[in-house]
Amino acid sequence: MAATLQPEGVSRTTNGGDDGESPARWKYLNTLLGRAGAYSDPTEFIPGDAPIMNIKNARILVIGAGGLGCEILKNLALSGFRNLDVIDMDTIDVSNLNRQFLFREKDVGQPKASVAAEFVMKRCPGCKVTPYVGKIQDKDEDYYMQFNIVICGLDSIEARRWINATLVGMVDEENPESLKPLIDGGTEGFKGQSRVVLPTLTSCLECQLDMHAPRAAVPLCTLATIPRQPQHCIEWAHILKWEEERKDDVLDTDDPEHITWLYQKALSRAREFNIPGVTYSLTQGVVKNIIPAIASTNAIVAASCCNEAFKIATSSAPYLGYPGTNNYMLYTGDSGIYTYTFEHQKKSDCPVCGNRPKAITLDPESTLGEFVESLAERPESQLKKPNLRTAGKSLYYSTPASLEESTRPNLKRKLEDLLEDGEVIAISDPAFQIDFQYIAHFS
Amino acid sequence: MLKIWSMKQAQQKEETAQGPAKKKKVTAAQLRVQKDLSELALPQTMKTTFPNPDDILNFILTLTPDEGLYKSGLFTFSFAITQNFPHEPPKVKCQQKIYHPNIDLEGNVCLNILREDWKPVLNLNAVIVGLQFLFLEPNASDPLNKDAAKDLQEDRDRFRRNVKTSMGGGNVRGETFDRVMK
Ligand SMILES: [Zn+2]
Repeated sequence: MAATLQPEGVSRTTNGGDDGESPARWKYLNTLLGRAGAYSDPTEFIPGDAPIMNIKNARILVIGAGGLGCEILKNLALSGFRNLDVIDMDTIDVSNLNRQFLFREKDVGQPKASVAAEFVMKRCPGCKVTPYVGKIQDKDEDYYMQFNIVICGLDSIEARRWINATLVGMVDEENPESLKPLIDGGTEGFKGQSRVVLPTLTSCLECQLDMHAPRAAVPLCTLATIPRQPQHCIEWAHILKWEEERKDDVLDTDDPEHITWLYQKALSRAREFNIPGVTYSLTQGVVKNIIPAIASTNAIVAASCCNEAFKIATSSAPYLGYPGTNNYMLYTGDSGIYTYTFEHQKKSDCPVCGNRPKAITLDPESTLGEFVESLAERPESQLKKPNLRTAGKSLYYSTPASLEESTRPNLKRKLEDLLEDGEVIAISDPAFQIDFQYIAHFS
Repeated sequence: MLKIWSMKQAQQKEETAQGPAKKKKVTAAQLRVQKDLSELALPQTMKTTFPNPDDILNFILTLTPDEGLYKSGLFTFSFAITQNFPHEPPKVKCQQKIYHPNIDLEGNVCLNILREDWKPVLNLNAVIVGLQFLFLEPNASDPLNKDAAKDLQEDRDRFRRNVKTSMGGGNVRGETFDRVMK
């Protein structure tokens, strides 16, 4: 990253007269970056001002201001990073306070992102933290383009897949700045992982989707007939009883009335089967799928993520995720202590990074049928029974029969009536393991 | 990072140059469902219906068994697939109130691959084959409708009669069922 970071003229906030510039404060950091180390690559790391300026100027996006996010923001600020952004849509709950140490009792009910930003700025003069209270999906590519590194501390797979696909999709061969390293931390109880993705170059989060153990589920019939654990009674109330008795209400797991209702249903079922242990808080935990968060796991995983961010920003030492090397660190703390670091290979049939959209020039006046025929002639495709769609529209489906019937009229329609200039067309065919995607440009 | 970029450019020589797509992209879940649909091999006894053809994540499967105890019936299942597919299984519900040991009166289906045994490598075809199998071989060991399971286990003839009555819209053990004869 050494030469690619330009100073961005960040306004240095003066806070109580200390702008964070006191030489004593960064003495050790400057020493570290001021000389070559045993593992630093002499072709990439030039000790001195360049890496020091990179830390000062790098703009880092932190996604999530929960257990991991608090640790990540704190670590980055104390490592000398000065331009941080943080996104989180949640508000602070009293149960967060034991580990989410940027929050105090008076902050309960306030948005996590803004309170965390305030706290870090107050504690670390000279570090600017810009919060955004909302969803990552609210922001577009221009927003994500502003950052040098993205670090995720999320508990949602859906959000991870979204940011991953967005960053992979942003890579523009003409523009080195468009490749944003993605550092992902995750924890579940005593287990966790940190991983680095260089979008399009190394295995992405979608390639690694099978590394997430699916939520352990109990068979429906066990819930319905022979519950053995308090959790079974709660799941029964949640999955079966709610549907049966309150079909028209959408279950809101944050609504105390809804949780109370489930708790009471679960409790009476537990009595019927002589199962002890159903409580309100267990009900809440099962329904919201809460896995106990362990503060030390968060600290370990966040430390690893921030170490990698530091090394990527400064080139001061080899980092996780360098192409062809290890990119995944797994940490297990529930039986002794164990870490395992390995290379997760990129999947050639990954729907996100395996076959990125290729540009194709199309005549807007030509028909979809002509386009489908031309695909059969393209050497890379030679499709037999293609299915084609855009994000919002089913263009043509050879199978199943009902969709074929409803999409057949599209074959006679002009492309300009079916899609916009610049839209992605995704094509699947049983003859090919992998989907084709084209970005349609009208001639 | 500079070094990474030069690696990227070396790799790129073998591919067609391209700029990033600015418009809304097809999601990974949509791609996977589209792929699954292209590999769907439906027998004569099944068909799909898409209430909104542009939305492939929500559709109806119609099943008309041509053998077994549920022969001549017509059953429909709603499939609702989220953006988390295939990490999460599709949500499948029977739209009629039927008498079946593995389907409850609300339409919930007890099929292992729809819940505890779901894996992202499984596809829609596997789910559809599983549903078909439930109508050929209802099984008493995974009961969602305990009465029906008990009938099946204790007296197969009684079970057969009850299936017939229920499919005609009749009353079994105090429950009135939907008429599902095609
Ligand atoms: Zn991938």
